[in-house]
Amino acid sequence: MAETALTDTVASTTRPAGLRGIAADWSSDQRAFKNVSWGKAMMWIFLLSDTFIFSCFLLSYMTARMSTTVPWPNPSEVFALTIGDKKIPLILIAIMTFVLISSSGTMAMAVNFGYRRDRAKTAALMLATAAFGATFVGMQAFEWTKLIMEGVRPWGNPWGAAQFGSSFFMITGFHGTHVTIGVIFLIAIARKVWRGDFDVERRGFFTSRKGYYEIVEITGLYWHFVDLVWVFIFAFFYLW
Amino acid sequence: MTNAAVQVEGQQPSLHIHLHEALASGVSHAKGQQHPITLYLVVWGWLFVLSTCSYLVDYFGLHGYLRWSLILLFMVLKAGLIVAVFMHMAWERLALAYAILLPPVLVLVFVAIMVFESDYTHLIRVISFGSPT
Repeated sequence: MAETALTDTVASTTRPAGLRGIAADWSSDQRAFKNVSWGKAMMWIFLLSDTFIFSCFLLSYMTARMSTTVPWPNPSEVFALTIGDKKIPLILIAIMTFVLISSSGTMAMAVNFGYRRDRAKTAALMLATAAFGATFVGMQAFEWTKLIMEGVRPWGNPWGAAQFGSSFFMITGFHGTHVTIGVIFLIAIARKVWRGDFDVERRGFFTSRKGYYEIVEITGLYWHFVDLVWVFIFAFFYLW
Repeated sequence: MTNAAVQVEGQQPSLHIHLHEALASGVSHAKGQQHPITLYLVVWGWLFVLSTCSYLVDYFGLHGYLRWSLILLFMVLKAGLIVAVFMHMAWERLALAYAILLPPVLVLVFVAIMVFESDYTHLIRVISFGSPT
């Protein structure tokens, strides 16, 4: 019985290339994602749903900005910082972007070392990723404080269209929450890696399931997604 | 089916073992996504370059269609690199890639709808309140 099931899986992983292969994988009552574990598939599906949430935020921002008859505040000036005695446009946002990209790089390497079962390097790189993430959230808190001090509110601001504040707080607030959850997620998994949970296949206290190094990749998927969303926010909200 | 399996086992034990190994790695992902570190470093470097480019679009104050097309170009390139390499979508089976990547493309329909909607709202506001921009 078990043998038959296994043989079926082997047979079904060899499919014709291209669209015919996709149709063969999806048709009839069977497992659609052949060589993808349930954990990874579910993370991807969650990220897909999260994509729709952020799409709705960016769309409502687009609609507000396109339909208002009041000029939209210039983000280049709003987010400028005076360093020394030079006013540099958008510099804080640029630094935040670089911090988040750096964290994506360390995360990608953590996944790599995870599959090589290098506990120390994986945990260290995950903690570095978490540190970059915490730095990002800190800079965002600074940015929020600065804007609130300058009089930006969800219902108005000194420079133009009132919807600027509500769009800004909604979009960056939701993204910042994602980063914060990601930092907690990273620290939790880094602790398990460091302790060697995935080498001895220790069972989780909550799920009672064995853990594998694949969870590092799944955590990475979430983290890269947070970076991905920032790419779109940076382009549409700050640069447009 | 069982006969075939037995035959395979009898004739080529090495093949059978090989299949089992492939299975084990497929189910538990013991090997997982293994790619050279240099690939990640190259992609990382490109992400920095592209981010710098998109920042420079603002720094030099480019305007109009040049600005918007450059922003979109750098955005799409960055997003593509992150999804394809960092999230390993380039190496996943097409069935998963299409299931995840196609639905967000449909958001573009929603974008088109909202563009028409906001044009209409803007028109009504201009007509009713008379302060065009």
